[in-house]
Amino acid sequence: METVKLTIDSKQVEVPKGTTIYKAAKSMGIDIPVLCYMDLHDLGVENKPAGCRICVVEIAGRRNLAPSCSTVCMEGMEVKTHTTRVINARRTVMELLLSDHPKDCLTCPKSGRCDLQDMSVRLGIREIPGQEFAAMSTYKKDFSPSIIRDVDKCIMCRRCETMCNQVQTVGALSAVNRGFMAVVAPAFEQDLVKSPCTYCGQCVAVCPTGALTEVDHTAKVIRALADPTKTVMVQTAPAVRAALGEEFGLEPGTLVTGKMVSALRKIGFNYIFDTDFAADLTIMEEGTELLDRLTRHLNGDKSVKLPILTSCCPAWVNFFEHNYTDMLDVPSSAKSPQQMFGAIAKSYFAEKLGKKREDLVVVSVMPCLAKKYECQRDEFKHEGNPDVDLSLSTRELANLIKQFNINFMELPDEDFDRPLGESTGAAVIFGATGGVIEAAVRTAYELHTKKALPRVDFTELRGMDGIRTATIDFDGLPIKIGIAHGLGNARKLLDQVRSGQADFHAIEIMACPGGCIGGGGQPLHHGDSSIIKARMAAIYREDAGKSIRKSHENPYIIQLYEEFLGKPMSEKSHHLLHTQYFDKGKKDIYIK
Amino acid sequence: MSHIKVELKPDQVAKIKEICKSFGNNPGELINVLHQTQGTFGYLPAEVQEVVAAELNIPVAKVYGVVTFYSFFTMIPKGKHPISVCTGTACYVRGAEKVLDEMKRILNVKVGETTPDGKFSLNCLRCVGACGLAPVVLIGEKVYGRVSPDGVKDILKEYED
Repeated sequence: METVKLTIDSKQVEVPKGTTIYKAAKSMGIDIPVLCYMDLHDLGVENKPAGCRICVVEIAGRRNLAPSCSTVCMEGMEVKTHTTRVINARRTVMELLLSDHPKDCLTCPKSGRCDLQDMSVRLGIREIPGQEFAAMSTYKKDFSPSIIRDVDKCIMCRRCETMCNQVQTVGALSAVNRGFMAVVAPAFEQDLVKSPCTYCGQCVAVCPTGALTEVDHTAKVIRALADPTKTVMVQTAPAVRAALGEEFGLEPGTLVTGKMVSALRKIGFNYIFDTDFAADLTIMEEGTELLDRLTRHLNGDKSVKLPILTSCCPAWVNFFEHNYTDMLDVPSSAKSPQQMFGAIAKSYFAEKLGKKREDLVVVSVMPCLAKKYECQRDEFKHEGNPDVDLSLSTRELANLIKQFNINFMELPDEDFDRPLGESTGAAVIFGATGGVIEAAVRTAYELHTKKALPRVDFTELRGMDGIRTATIDFDGLPIKIGIAHGLGNARKLLDQVRSGQADFHAIEIMACPGGCIGGGGQPLHHGDSSIIKARMAAIYREDAGKSIRKSHENPYIIQLYEEFLGKPMSEKSHHLLHTQYFDKGKKDIYIK
Repeated sequence: MSHIKVELKPDQVAKIKEICKSFGNNPGELINVLHQTQGTFGYLPAEVQEVVAAELNIPVAKVYGVVTFYSFFTMIPKGKHPISVCTGTACYVRGAEKVLDEMKRILNVKVGETTPDGKFSLNCLRCVGACGLAPVVLIGEKVYGRVSPDGVKDILKEYED
């Protein structure tokens, strides 16, 4: 490998040709401050528009200061990272950024986890010169069901644009206008609801400021809890337990299932249930649908569509409703676990309680922002009453726990309530990429072959590669499986299916990198993928520790079918647990 | 952005597709494609940008981003009678701004905009080389010299149908 030698802060260093000054300095333990820069190494994406100029350094013989994030090391370069000139320039850059930034830090939803705030602290900014006569650029606020855009707080780092376009290939956001009026916005500066936005929330996850934040449902939850006429139940998604601890200072990958249940009980929810129960139910329905389509396909039925695509991820559902409108009959018709839970809670469980659905409030805790949108979809309402009333992100739950004066670390481990709190290991792994399809394989294999699985762990389906394929032997019948996480990877796989290049039987897709554990509602990982990997390990640890690891063996699922639903894909199941998809491709403007 | 709704005719769509194709439908040629498209249509309404985005297989937000970045591109059609008020030095010192203000007041548009009926568009320019006639206003090809704010109304009257 070709290398170059240079000095940084008077120390010699040798780095591979093409290395940036920022990375070379980092390898020597010199931490040059960066703001717009973001390195998502495992996704193969680097955001370095060199826009903010916080990372400037002085290079001997060069007239102007150089942005270290995007300036490549050259042989014999002499770089200084903290001269007076550099420090003054950095401060000026920061002061200019702040001069056009709202000063409502005290009430900003990003306060305490804001990169701009942190940078101001780090650079020791104490005043913003000239702000008494400087104009502020203002822009309309945009409220969608999941995401709030308050682009007065946008610093044009363009991280969201990178996530939306390069990683997710959604293309909802772009930098528009110029100079003082420049913002990141959807086409024609329409609101997000009119854009192809999927509400995956990856833009929110990387936004350094309060420009992009989630719609906060905590106040509504508190109000519901205080209403004596309401029975309030909560369901928690698998990925939440593997990340919630981070909000309380625990190491990434610490499982806090028991403490989380305990906290929810202290907060005052009447029933603490588990979305994992509904995940097991999803497997029953989706697995049966897979086998049904597969059997018909093998019997020569030409009308059957394969591959079957998973439909648990609401951002993914939004994505194909926008981009693959010719393939709306390909995804499984099974609702997502969140919505299956709501449908069962407000029918089966409401009957058990002898209560009307209007008197029940179903709250979900999700690693996801698209779930907020999903639970508001019209098809998931019964006479205006939604199956799931409110959806909190992992971050909002942490905030709720703090508001209820709970010392999270001191909590004992407690168990979920029955019957909708019982789950298997197969349900837990829904939280990681590859998990849904692994859970489906565990059940579909046994239902199809009528034989016990020789092994439960399908490690060939696990991992962090963006697109993975595997062939699973169903007792002589090879089943080809595809897995994609991140919508950009999903697009690649879907394009192969559309063009007939791929011949998968089943495909799992998760919108967020890593699956739900890397969801837009999780504690911010600031682009550090080791955190996602630690959460993934925790998910598989939880699975391995479960006594039951196959969805169809969940005793409460068996009971639900015996008492209420009949069998998977029954008429009642179809009515309660399956859905349809809509064409959201914009056809009114463009004449093809 | 412009709020004028445009319905593209099939031959117009075909023209845009032809322009895109002449640049190999290459996303890297976006600026050239937009340049030529604006040359054909006079401006770049949202509907035109949608077609360009679809043909080049890029998000329409990206196209809009480029259109709003370069001041050469416009989403607003020129009026039937484009008005240009000279705000060059000579015209300016002889009251061009007051003339401009009166134009804005009567037409109820800002600089760079077009009246809702599409009749007039209002713009400024710098010096037409007729400083002796300052302040100067151009409407279409016609030059008006020594325009006073009081005279604006009469000039616009000439264009009543």
